[in-house]
Amino acid sequence: MENERDIGSMLGDLKDPGAYQTPLEISGRDPGLLVDLLRTMMLSRMVEEHLADQRREGTIGGPVHLGIGQEAIAAGVSQFLRSSDRVFGAHRSHYHALALGTDFKALFAEILGKETGLSKGMGGSMHLWDEPRGFYGSVPIVGGTVPLAVGAALAAKLQASDAISVSYLGDGACEEGVVHESLNLARVLDAPTVFVVENNLFSSHMHISLRQPSDSTARFAVAHEIPFEVVDGNDVLAVADAAGRLIEQARSGGGPGFLEAVTYRWLGHVDWRADIDVGVARSESDLKQWRLRDPIARLRVALEAVGQWSLEEDKELERELSESIEAAWSQAMDDPWPSDEALLKYVYSSEGGA
Amino acid sequence: MPHMKEYDYGSAIRAGFDYLLSEYPEVFVMGQGLWSPWYVGNSMTDLDKIYGTDRVIDTPVSELACTGAGVGASLAGMRPVVVHPRIDFMLYALDAIVNQAAKWSHMFGGQAHPGVTVRGIINRGGEQGAQHSQALHSWFAHIPGLRVVMPATVADARDLLIASVLCDDPVVFIDDRWLYDLKGELPAPQELDLRTQGPVVLEEGVDITLVASGYSTQLAREASEVLLEEGISCEVLDLRVIAPLDPAMVIQSVAKTGRLVAIDGGWRTCGLASEILAQVAEHVPPSLLKENCVRVTLPDAPAPTSRALERLYYSSIDDVVAAARSCVGNA
Repeated sequence: MENERDIGSMLGDLKDPGAYQTPLEISGRDPGLLVDLLRTMMLSRMVEEHLADQRREGTIGGPVHLGIGQEAIAAGVSQFLRSSDRVFGAHRSHYHALALGTDFKALFAEILGKETGLSKGMGGSMHLWDEPRGFYGSVPIVGGTVPLAVGAALAAKLQASDAISVSYLGDGACEEGVVHESLNLARVLDAPTVFVVENNLFSSHMHISLRQPSDSTARFAVAHEIPFEVVDGNDVLAVADAAGRLIEQARSGGGPGFLEAVTYRWLGHVDWRADIDVGVARSESDLKQWRLRDPIARLRVALEAVGQWSLEEDKELERELSESIEAAWSQAMDDPWPSDEALLKYVYSSEGGA
Repeated sequence: MPHMKEYDYGSAIRAGFDYLLSEYPEVFVMGQGLWSPWYVGNSMTDLDKIYGTDRVIDTPVSELACTGAGVGASLAGMRPVVVHPRIDFMLYALDAIVNQAAKWSHMFGGQAHPGVTVRGIINRGGEQGAQHSQALHSWFAHIPGLRVVMPATVADARDLLIASVLCDDPVVFIDDRWLYDLKGELPAPQELDLRTQGPVVLEEGVDITLVASGYSTQLAREASEVLLEEGISCEVLDLRVIAPLDPAMVIQSVAKTGRLVAIDGGWRTCGLASEILAQVAEHVPPSLLKENCVRVTLPDAPAPTSRALERLYYSSIDDVVAAARSCVGNA
């Protein structure tokens, strides 16, 4: 079976797994900010590694879509977001919420179906909600939240607020008609939406070359006259710089923006396996190379080289995160299940309305 | 009694929008054809000129994105109304309505309030055919989390619209172009709590219960006048809100009359009329039923275009009269 096809390449070496493996260029950057980004990415990584283990062991009963290897994108984008902004995710969104500061214990409880979870145990891994931090929901229908993000951005405009929306979507979602409707609508209405396409080159088991005639989704931004940037999604600074420009533009009345961040997920579409062969194979050597293009290692090594980070600090951070993750997990395991009434009581709003 | 201006159903809907847009800055309306007289009859005339084109938005031809945008705007504190001039085209928007709006309260533990109103217009007849005709309210009524509203009177056309938009839940509000010329008086607008709205008895009777909603309610009312002349006294129920359905009044009425004709403008199989019969079968003791219950619905076929077949296809007052007669035994 053909696993990849020769298609027009707009991405060039951005999708070359052997490229961009060197440490990030950090001269002139605020070291405090860089360490914050490192911590954010480390937290996401370790939380999701924990989830992978628990899923493998069967403690987690439902599917988990993990973003290990893609942490730089949400970390870079979230740096410019405020709690009044409206961020919408999809099926692979744990780290989108975590990068906004979502409590990982509440995430754990949600994934375990506990009443103390982000969605009160009614959503699980694929349906997350954390409005106080600006996370307006993630759902697994591919492209399902993209128009919602445009609507929340339109609301911000009608409310004369400088809030913006962020819509996280993947390269696969760009094959859904609603994404194109949404790009067009955002442009026509000048709704301040930043579309962040995490192009990890795979939709489930299928390489982008088997699904699209070109490898870059930014061509859809061109079609809808939306300003765009295409970056190495494993370079948290490149992501942050581009996101910062697009977010500022949206916030100041310039309308929608489109960020394509090229990345790769280390695990398969769902759960803990690497999915090297699921009918249509992923290249084992590509995966090996992409793991060397690790967004966390590239920042860490750069910081170490200039004396802003050390092996000891790294070990200490890992130990600290590992302890708090274990503690949060064990608390979440002990937390109560939703009551039987929960099955019916949330179907309609309890408050009624205006 | 003070003089009340007589309205028609279409302009009563417009009065509802007028009220909402003037009283609630968080209300806005979007949909295809809102700046044109072609699409929505007299139900939106000049609202864009009065309230501005940023609050009354004529949109690109993108039913799904626009409805999804309505859902997203409602999550962010607005009270949007998304208008679909024909339900047939609204089918593109099913993901936003069924997967998103209907699910978000439950899926997020009651924390998300997608209080969007999706207005779908039934616009049929006139040789328009299969894709310009559908009445799909029963589909939406099948989905937990949606409230489905079908006004049958002039006052309800306005007041149930207001109630729908002010409700924190997603509402599918379905009006019918065949009702737009219906005349009636319109007292001062009321802000009803949609959660407390349900079926009403429009006419009391003792021999047979006619249950209907939307345009079918008109058929039931007019049929009851014919039947009364024949000495058959009909109790006419207008369901008004078909989901979540409160069946109590139907059960009570059929327990009294012992006979039921359920009239619905949708198809027969798994339709609203089926649900009414199921409620009666479950809750009315067989000893109280004097006759088998009857449905008057569309046949299970797409709408034809030829006028000869259209006459066969759509239910008429005569169909309701004949069904009731046979039920009472006066056939």
